[in-house]
Amino acid sequence: MTVLADLTFSAVALSAVYFLAASGLSLIYGLMDVLNFAHGLFMTLGAYAAWDLTTHLTTQLSAPLNFAVGVVAAILAGGLVAGLTELWLIRPLYGRPISQILITIGLDLAAVGLLLGGFGSNSLSMPVPLWLFEATHWGSLNLPNADFVALIAGVVVLVGLEWFLRRTRYGIIIRAGVENRDMVRALGIDVGRAFTLVFVLGGAMAGLAGLLNSVVFSGDLVSPLQGDGLLIFAFIVVVIGGLGSIRGSAVAALLVGVVQDFSNYYLGTHPGMAEIGNLSVVLLLAVVLEWRPRGLFGGTL
Amino acid sequence: MSTAIDISDLHVTIGGSHILQGVSLQVASGEVVALLGRNGVGKTTTLRALMGLVPRTGAVRVRDQDVTRWPPHRIARLGVAYVPEDRDVFSALTVGENLRLAEQVAAPNYDGVYELFPELRQRTRQRAGTLSGGQQQMVAVARALLNEWPVLVVDEPSKGLAPRLVSELTDVLARVSATTTMLVVEQNLAVVRRLAQRVVVLDHGAVVHQGPVADLEDARLMRQLLGVSA
Repeated sequence: MTVLADLTFSAVALSAVYFLAASGLSLIYGLMDVLNFAHGLFMTLGAYAAWDLTTHLTTQLSAPLNFAVGVVAAILAGGLVAGLTELWLIRPLYGRPISQILITIGLDLAAVGLLLGGFGSNSLSMPVPLWLFEATHWGSLNLPNADFVALIAGVVVLVGLEWFLRRTRYGIIIRAGVENRDMVRALGIDVGRAFTLVFVLGGAMAGLAGLLNSVVFSGDLVSPLQGDGLLIFAFIVVVIGGLGSIRGSAVAALLVGVVQDFSNYYLGTHPGMAEIGNLSVVLLLAVVLEWRPRGLFGGTL
Repeated sequence: MSTAIDISDLHVTIGGSHILQGVSLQVASGEVVALLGRNGVGKTTTLRALMGLVPRTGAVRVRDQDVTRWPPHRIARLGVAYVPEDRDVFSALTVGENLRLAEQVAAPNYDGVYELFPELRQRTRQRAGTLSGGQQQMVAVARALLNEWPVLVVDEPSKGLAPRLVSELTDVLARVSATTTMLVVEQNLAVVRRLAQRVVVLDHGAVVHQGPVADLEDARLMRQLLGVSA
């Protein structure tokens, strides 16, 4: 029972990171029909911005405060780079999906190449508070503190996004734009601003996902290719949840995290089954698409 | 009388089809003009081109501004409200959110809109996708009237509605037409007679007739232009 509870908690924390990585991707596709292959780069840059700042600039701060600075840096870096990407690279290419895919892949490859050249291929260790690697004991349960951080971040972002999408004018514009962009324009609304905002939001969440991925699942290590690895699962979550659906992304992230963690734990120790978690996720994707080709929540935000 | 809408030599090609082949028409300020024609002659495309929703060549002037190269949101903000064919309400949004989205002025006229469509006041929290066709049309028209903009472009307001609703909606548009310039696409000639002062007839993507609404009484002309007995 204890193992099951520990495992479930760990799976939910993994799901939270997947949700953070996928929700921006889903919003960007839902509103703008842009398959953004640079999303993994936003995650990587978020983690590197946090690493750079907390390692070189704010080392005199206390460990928790330094980590908080890293979180803010990751969010800002992801959002800033995403916003600039939309303004400079994506905006001239609306209505040209192949060009968008090529330019975002190209941006990702070029930037990852620059990171490899600048920082090397070795993973870098980020200074994080020691309590992140400790666990909270609750009865017979040992719940890692890093998992708590990921879970809280995921819930805060989910609640914040829901509030933003349902309570603010820009949120309503985005939900309407997912359904019918032309009609939003015909009502006198500059959808271009909403596009930029969605990219910034998506990039900010991706930056946070990149940092948390490093802290929670990579033993505080930052590496140039980490975002691309996470991007694959983010795409799977988006497709399972339904393109453009935030609630769908949340549910799909939970499914993917649970299936992956449980498969790894119960089957991954058998000979030749080391990748069973990833395989299970792909099987889950196939089953969902066979059952609901538009994903679990396709068409709703 | 100044010109509210001035379209000249408008061409639209979509997917290799040359849909509009040099449409020219004018609507004077305060005038109501009905755009008529058989199915597929380019009536809806003319309105979409006016709103900047399809790529076009030619010249489009609205309220003395050349808007040919303007994006749709700038054209709308010039004071052009648009009710599209098939309503295009946002089905995932509530009625209240549909109306809120349309707000473009500091003091949107909710009182006026609810006076015209009292039913909407009770349905502000209902998702627009769950409304009947008539109720959705009310939302689409209400959205267009909220800002009290001087130009109203309406595409087939009576399409798919029960006769009683057509009558109610026509009453609303007739009231609005007293203070608004209107360009309306409509197949229902009774509605056209009630609203319009002038008719413009399209065929094969070009204007083939323009005249006073009284031309609808010329049975031979109507059979020739529209294939119907007026």
